[in-house]
Amino acid sequence: MEFFLHLLVNGISLGFLYALSALGFVMIYKSSSVLNFAHGELLAMGAFLFLTLTAWAELPIILSFALTLTGCFLLGFIVERFFLRPLIGEDLIQVIMLTVGLAAMFRGLLLFIFGGDIHKYPEFLPPELSIKLDLIQIPSVYVATFIIGLLFLLLFGFFFKYSSQGIYMRSVADNQPAALSLGVHVRRVFALSWAIAGLVAAMSGIVLGIINGINVHELSSIGLKVFPVVILGGLDSISGAIVGGVIIGLLETFTGGYLSTSLREIIPYIVLVFILMVKPYGLFGLKEIERV
Amino acid sequence: MTKRKLHFSLCGNLKESYEEELTIFETDFGRLWLCIGIVILLGVIPFICSSYWLYILNTIGIYAIAAIGLNLLIGYTGLISLGHGAFFGVGAYAAAILTTRAGIPFLAALPLAGVITAGVGMIFGIPSIRLKHLYLTIATLAGQFIIEYVLVQWEGLTGGAEGIPVSNTSVFGIGFNSDRSFYYLIFCSFIFLTWVMVNVLRTRFGRAFIAVRDNDRAAEGMGIPIFKYKLLSFGISSFYAGYAGALFAGYMMAITPEPFNMFLSIEFIAMIIIGGLGSVSGAVFGTVFIVSLSEVLSIVTEFLMNVGPTTGFAVTIAPLREFVFGLSIVLFIIFEPKGLAEIWRIVRSSFRLWPFSY
Repeated sequence: MEFFLHLLVNGISLGFLYALSALGFVMIYKSSSVLNFAHGELLAMGAFLFLTLTAWAELPIILSFALTLTGCFLLGFIVERFFLRPLIGEDLIQVIMLTVGLAAMFRGLLLFIFGGDIHKYPEFLPPELSIKLDLIQIPSVYVATFIIGLLFLLLFGFFFKYSSQGIYMRSVADNQPAALSLGVHVRRVFALSWAIAGLVAAMSGIVLGIINGINVHELSSIGLKVFPVVILGGLDSISGAIVGGVIIGLLETFTGGYLSTSLREIIPYIVLVFILMVKPYGLFGLKEIERV
Repeated sequence: MTKRKLHFSLCGNLKESYEEELTIFETDFGRLWLCIGIVILLGVIPFICSSYWLYILNTIGIYAIAAIGLNLLIGYTGLISLGHGAFFGVGAYAAAILTTRAGIPFLAALPLAGVITAGVGMIFGIPSIRLKHLYLTIATLAGQFIIEYVLVQWEGLTGGAEGIPVSNTSVFGIGFNSDRSFYYLIFCSFIFLTWVMVNVLRTRFGRAFIAVRDNDRAAEGMGIPIFKYKLLSFGISSFYAGYAGALFAGYMMAITPEPFNMFLSIEFIAMIIIGGLGSVSGAVFGTVFIVSLSEVLSIVTEFLMNVGPTTGFAVTIAPLREFVFGLSIVLFIIFEPKGLAEIWRIVRSSFRLWPFSY
């Protein structure tokens, strides 16, 4: 029973991390229908920027956190402006390969500067955050993850529901020509969605780094793990990303705990193929009806 | 029998029938150049090149076969596969297992490995019955990971992470154990497979693939069973990948699951993007570009490593290679999306039309 609870807690927190990572991915897909293969590298950029600011420049945590988020916000903006904007209206393969090329560039750059080793952040979370239930102890990082994740999800919920920019973004996602004809600045929406995705990616990169230590390969493989999560939840649904993340996280830890540890890495992809065959638009995705 | 006149250059688009549109060589000039090219390729190069250069050419030949196959899938049928690195690996493992476990001679194992890979590729092509575009791409991504997992974990068959040797027995006194003999094997296969590909594209199959790419609903409306053709495209393209993988296995003499990762899949796609989608010669240009790029980079890093101890500046090959690689993909997509084949066409036509090149 204790083992089961332990796996449950681990699975849910892992799932939350996946959900958080998938959030930025879904934002980009929702507004500009770009499948971003460089998402893992965006996470890594954020995580390493934070590392540079805290461990090497030794700035206070809050300041370096704010600086990292701003930096990645700008990074997302730059990526959209210089790399993706020339490709608006091009074939899918060109756009996909562009993000793959960007991923290789970022990964090469990070490996060149930081190497492939695991780096650690200095300890800064207060230990009082950890919760002790009667059977198990939940470490403070998980609690912090949970709080940060929840905070951001609420923030995004409100942003999309009430702010004018959020409403513009939803309108572009819903019907681009209609939004354009009603005077929505579609290019600005694309730029903004990349910038926000960069910000969210930096956030989740930092959280992942606090838990596992930061490593370029690890973070870029999480960027690919996002695919099973978003396909399960539905490519264009934010709540789907959360549900999908938690399901995949639980699946992974339980497979690792009860079946075999090597199967753990691959089980999300097996599920992915299964979902694609049975219900390709996922649990909450928008169904585009097209019969051929 | 009427005497046929030789055509050397055309002063415009003078085609009058559909057959003329379908010809491979517009002028006899091209045919002549091809003959000269083949003679140089098979008769001159193997005797003047050092074994290092032969090694590079062999690598180019092996990858070019796989790239031509992938180009059929992506460039002509419009289905994006991120699993070709793994299919290449399936071919390599099939050849290794057939030669060592079943004792089949290497030459016979080559096409068999291709057929096995075609089967595996078609299994991962099945999702295309319902999925299009990016959903299919994601499905092949999953295929890549699943195949990689099987190659590492099915130790009884594949030897796990330690790998498996490829036995290379000779048939009828023809053994393949030197760079030069492999050169002949690789480039004869390359010429044959390219010939097959160019001609498949002119038949109704090739036209059906292009119709599926351009508009699959219209293709269905014209009576092309699109699922059948999508699967066929997956099959042919995986056959090429598997055949190339088997050549790779024979050439390397022992294989491990390591090289057949996601990066190889991306490398294959980069080859055909940089070369030019939907062009057989483009796939070859792209392969030459990518292989030479990584050779140049390894020479550069080696040079920097030797300078390193004195200046305190040392670099490792992998990050630099990845960076330059990504950069070249990005630059090609933004500035010349039609790739090297288009650049080649422009250069050629400006020579042909000189001095009135407009």
